Amino acid sequence: MELDSLYQEVILDHYKHPLHKKLSADFSAQVHHVNPSCGDEITLNVMIKNGLVENVSWEGVGCSISQASTSIAADLMIGKSLEDALTTVDSFSQLMSSKGTEAGNEEVLEDGVALAGVSKFPARIKCALLGWMAFKDAALQSK
Amino acid sequence: MTPTFSPAEIRKDFPIFSKTMRGGNRLVYLDSGATSQKPRQVLDAERNFYELHNAAVHRGAHLLAEEASIAYEDSRGILAKFLNANVDEVIFTKSATESINAIAYSFGNSAPDSRFALKAGDRIVVSELEHHANLIPWQQLAKRTGAELVWFSIDSEGRLDLSNAEDLINNRTKIVAITHQSNVLGTIVPLDEIVKLAHSVGAVVVLDACQSAPHFAIDVKKLDIDFLAFSGHKALGPTGVGILWGRSELLNQMEPFLTGGSMIESVTMTDAKWAPSPKRFEAGVPNMAQAVGFAAAISYLNNLGMENVANHERDLTAYALTKFSQLRGVEVIGPKENKDRGSVISFTMEGIHPHDVGQVLDQYGVAVRTGHHCAWPLMKKLGIVGTTRASFYIYNDEADVDVLIDSIEQAQKYFKV
Repeated sequence: MELDSLYQEVILDHYKHPLHKKLSADFSAQVHHVNPSCGDEITLNVMIKNGLVENVSWEGVGCSISQASTSIAADLMIGKSLEDALTTVDSFSQLMSSKGTEAGNEEVLEDGVALAGVSKFPARIKCALLGWMAFKDAALQSK
Repeated sequence: MTPTFSPAEIRKDFPIFSKTMRGGNRLVYLDSGATSQKPRQVLDAERNFYELHNAAVHRGAHLLAEEASIAYEDSRGILAKFLNANVDEVIFTKSATESINAIAYSFGNSAPDSRFALKAGDRIVVSELEHHANLIPWQQLAKRTGAELVWFSIDSEGRLDLSNAEDLINNRTKIVAITHQSNVLGTIVPLDEIVKLAHSVGAVVVLDACQSAPHFAIDVKKLDIDFLAFSGHKALGPTGVGILWGRSELLNQMEPFLTGGSMIESVTMTDAKWAPSPKRFEAGVPNMAQAVGFAAAISYLNNLGMENVANHERDLTAYALTKFSQLRGVEVIGPKENKDRGSVISFTMEGIHPHDVGQVLDQYGVAVRTGHHCAWPLMKKLGIVGTTRASFYIYNDEADVDVLIDSIEQAQKYFKV
């Protein structure tokens, strides 16, 4: 079924058991992003010190795609250098604009490649990007 | 069901129902609250206008200009009759949103001594049910003028709480702007008391009829309101055309919202005098083909009979509400009793976000609206992030409801809830 390309098992797992979904007390930047067309909202904290992403945590409400994607992004970014993290975000953005023509680089995006199918559903791309864009915003604010 | 009313026959007039949807399914269109589908008669009327009569209305001495003007004015006449309004009170706008903004900006542009002028201390009354289109224009008018925006609350079933009506509508109230039927919950608002109270303090009543006029008969004289807005595209008509209706004695005292060609009586380099309504509010060459298409849509509804349309939707809603009550893990948001409610059913599902519900339904050819429905404050009040909304119209039947219910159960299986 066409739906299965959208809702991979990995996504449903992250949706039901999201990672890093509890706002940390400390952060170098905190952002609040909303998706005005559907009302999804997240608050995301980053702790970036000496060019290293030490922690990412978040809280929010939204659909399975936005929640799973934010969970995947948070887990992926922790431990990366700021530079690597931002390159990873770009790689994911590119995957989302690929209209289903790319599978994504698993070495870079890890669980993020499970979201490749989202790029075939134009209405859902913004859901998948919510957490990543929030991270990018927070990371740039921490620079 | 009304015996003579056949959604299956009606669907034959709508080319879009021959489209194959995702999963190879037929289209089950349950999103008429956002926009309705269009029958061939409407598409033909627009095409016919462009092919045979196209010219700028009310200008030019040639045959086409004459025919275009007649077609446009005849359309106004059909709309006027539909609302039981006088023909000079019916103004074509580009949308209901523009209609409401036209009133708000007109009031805002009034001279300080005008009866329409707002100042600090004056009041504008809305309700928590409002679509953004009947909230933000008033909210912003209040900000620009210093007037105070107050609102009716709703109860847990989404009915308007009228217990403090006399506090809200007091002698400082200038405008009461209210929806006739909630686009999210389907609640039909009791107007009698509100209109009486508003008029007793000299306030005008603006009715957002976007969700009511396409679905049941509206009589502006009986409702005793002062202004009404509704859009063509939710009533089988084209996009790009809406109606602003107002009492002529008010319209002819009001400042225009948009100025330019057609809306003047005389012009010098330094001054202009406004034409009477409706021209006063129709600056520029109007959306002529769309107005003609809108009238064709109204004629289509008139042929069905608005009472039959209303009965059909009431019966279908009753059927759907019963089916919904048998589902586990699904909650109808809004009135659960099929009384003073329209053919809109909003619901939430345990463990599945509305966007995901909509996505699974789409796989079965079911088109619904998901999210906050341009009523963000209402969602906050209800303490939810959004709903999935099924809205019914003339072309829907019980089989459509059955597909909806089945696909809701499929969504539960898919998300293992």
